[in-house]
Amino acid sequence: MSGAGASPARSPVREGIGESVDRPDGTLKVRGEFAYSSDLWADGMLWGTTLRSPHPYARIRSIDFAEALALRGVHAIQTHEDVPGRKTYGLELADQPVLAIDVVRYEGEPVAIVAADHPETARRAAELLRVDYEPLEPLVDMDQAVEADEPRLHEDGNVLRDIHVRHGDLEAARAEAELVVEGEYEIGMQDQAFLGPESGLAIPSEDGGVDLYVATQWLHVDLAQVAASLDLPLERVRITNAGVGGAFGGREDLSMQIHGCMLALHTGRPVKMVYTREESFFGHVHRHPARLRYEHGAARDGRLVYVTARIVLDGGAYASSSRAVCLNAATTAAGPYDCPNAELDSYVVYTNNPPCGAMRGFGAVQTCFAYEAQMDKLAAAAGLDPLELRRRNAMDTGTRLPTGQAIDGPAPVRQLLEELAEMPLPASRDGGAPDLRELPGGVSNTTHGEGIRRGVGYAVGFKNVGFSAGFDDYSTARVRLSMASGEPQVEVHTAACEVGQGAITVQAQIAREVLGVERVIVLPSDTQVGNAGSSSASRQTWFTGGAVRDACEAVAAALLSRADERLGGEPDELSPDLIAELIGDDAVEETREYRPRRTEALDENGQGDAHLAFCFAAHRAVVDVDVELGLVRVVEIATAQDVGRAINPVAVEGQVEGGIAQGLGLALMEEIQLSEGRLRNASFTDYLIPTILDMPPVRAAILELPQPEAPYGLNGIAEAPTIASTAAIVAAIRAASGRELTRVPVRPDDVVGLAAPVA
Amino acid sequence: MRLDCTVNGERHQVDGVWEGESLLYVLRERMGLPGSKNACEQGECGSCSVYLDGTLVCSCLVLAGQADGAEVVTVEGLAHAEHELHPIQEAFLAAGAVQCGFCTPGLIVATHDLLARNPAPSEPEIREALAGNLCRCTGYEKILDAVRSAAEARIP
Repeated sequence: MSGAGASPARSPVREGIGESVDRPDGTLKVRGEFAYSSDLWADGMLWGTTLRSPHPYARIRSIDFAEALALRGVHAIQTHEDVPGRKTYGLELADQPVLAIDVVRYEGEPVAIVAADHPETARRAAELLRVDYEPLEPLVDMDQAVEADEPRLHEDGNVLRDIHVRHGDLEAARAEAELVVEGEYEIGMQDQAFLGPESGLAIPSEDGGVDLYVATQWLHVDLAQVAASLDLPLERVRITNAGVGGAFGGREDLSMQIHGCMLALHTGRPVKMVYTREESFFGHVHRHPARLRYEHGAARDGRLVYVTARIVLDGGAYASSSRAVCLNAATTAAGPYDCPNAELDSYVVYTNNPPCGAMRGFGAVQTCFAYEAQMDKLAAAAGLDPLELRRRNAMDTGTRLPTGQAIDGPAPVRQLLEELAEMPLPASRDGGAPDLRELPGGVSNTTHGEGIRRGVGYAVGFKNVGFSAGFDDYSTARVRLSMASGEPQVEVHTAACEVGQGAITVQAQIAREVLGVERVIVLPSDTQVGNAGSSSASRQTWFTGGAVRDACEAVAAALLSRADERLGGEPDELSPDLIAELIGDDAVEETREYRPRRTEALDENGQGDAHLAFCFAAHRAVVDVDVELGLVRVVEIATAQDVGRAINPVAVEGQVEGGIAQGLGLALMEEIQLSEGRLRNASFTDYLIPTILDMPPVRAAILELPQPEAPYGLNGIAEAPTIASTAAIVAAIRAASGRELTRVPVRPDDVVGLAAPVA
Repeated sequence: MRLDCTVNGERHQVDGVWEGESLLYVLRERMGLPGSKNACEQGECGSCSVYLDGTLVCSCLVLAGQADGAEVVTVEGLAHAEHELHPIQEAFLAAGAVQCGFCTPGLIVATHDLLARNPAPSEPEIREALAGNLCRCTGYEKILDAVRSAAEARIP
């Protein structure tokens, strides 16, 4: 609904939309007083811990509890036999045991949980549990999993999903193409590496239910899964989003939610669980590693004639959101280009590797790395500048994806490329004595400038915004306008999870904008209000922003009808004084759901309008490479991104810069190292994320082309920065080193051309 | 064991501390000062940075017993008054350097230490001083802005 149009003017208000606004939780955060999920405390609280499988694949013969139970301070030990309700959970398929049932399918799978009076006691008790495992030969290769039926990790086989997009006439296209380039690419497993570890506090309540305070991305999908496994009605499980220390997709699946509640209900005491960093690496899903084989055919002038792709994604031991990631890979596989013919095959498989699921970019990162490498190869084959080749093939509003879906919002690929082309390049290093800190290797003193080559690389990426393929994606907001200390005050209540991105800031801005009231309080998000959907898929500002706008407009409409009753007509302006008069002691409260246009599932040829909308970003990377040692320093990242409308510009910049840092991490350093299904680097000592020394200055051009479907013309923005930044950096390293570099993260050995060591 | 130390100017005496507990654990779980954060507990991320007798340390790497008799200052003790912000805290807030905020307390303490030693740091000096503080949200640009503006605010 919309009260806009003929409605009376609102008071001009500070900190409405379009202004850079400080975070409402910022003061608490800088003072160290903001309560994160790991900071919670309750009287009589116990500590929970999880015993995890040391094997990637094994049968559990027996568990001996005697020694652990004898330890002083231990209050409870539970296994799958103690799960009161549904013994499995999962976002798309409930295929993951709450606690292992006779078999473990990945290293780190939860087997038992313990509650004790001190976290160290709980850990020691877990170590004293004697689990008799019969190790089995794990399936760890994703290509093998596409073919192999043995071992069969789940009932329906090892291929969790396969999608085949058929577009145009490939045979004719192959005959027509004058230039053909091929390539095989590989993406390593990236971790979200949010800083706040998985944690929460479960408190048993008098009605036999439980109150859970947890850091999450999606309260209502947690609620449904937790209630099912506890065998409790939904209303007896109340979940509140506790302070979240970053998410990036890694909190969409459950971690300690059911475990903490089970222990609390069993002991009758509050139970807190906080993962260590090592456990965190085992305790959440990761970005899917992928292998991609591509063939691009083009006319002599570089115009695409066809693209074929075979994409294999390693989903690991359980389904999580793999099926949706497979869809995204299939639908983004040809890139933001006009491609008349395509055969795109996307597979996601079960293996005994760690489960993979959501991470910023969600399937579009993997394809972008491959298709942008292909576009550079094609540019070389056509004798064209990489920017010019992309311009010639750029999609635009109206272009159809290989799925048949026409892009109906802005698709400003050419414009983004123009923006990049116009940005000055950073100064080249002058001939004088170099500052070591500006060279690859830094103060390690590995070079004084010799062997250093500069490279420049470009990439463009795109991704869907919102959930896809017919999912009923919506959000809910409850808005209450009352008088507090003689001033109008708005309370906004939603279940949208603030994960650091600034959801609460934009909700308050929208409420101020619609109602013209400065004092806006965004209440803690919990399950006492309707579903807001996930804080993922770049959707929360759009969806919950839309719900807040609609609820505020409903509140304004209710005020106007009061005005009509009491004043005998509509006022010219809803001033604070008039609002005060109309409200008095009788607050106005309205709840609204916001639901944009429904998407549709793909048919058997991969055809259909699967996505709601798309976001686009282009990147230019400048790197210095020590071609003798394989060390890389990123000198600058330039980016151009369309954001629709910047509701909070400083937060938009923060998303752009932060997203690029994660793309840089994937390009150069971030990889979960696996060996026969075992995770070898579960710490921040061994899993490297970019530091302030690794991250270069970012030069950003933010475009605001209105997204016609969305409130205020805004668009989802958070994922686009992470998609093409990786590809641009690797393109720059290729330009500097002359190496093909088909795998990320790029290792020093790859840059200097050493063969991989033979195992 | 008993731990006796001064934290943010106040004397704290805590009984029943297990010898294996870190200073970080005692601050967070026994003294009600959870501002210092538990992100890696391995000295890699700097989220738990505090002053121990005037030296910047990762409190996760300090055994509680080592702090006996010492003077500890945490992020909660930087502002001069209850409802005020320290200028560095103001600068982080105003620059948009805070997103999830989990790294923020450690970065603020590390910046406090940097500006105390070097009131007008160059960009490479800022980067070097904060290289032990991981942030996963911001890409560090706004953090650099915050440090620069805090430094400028202190120069007349």
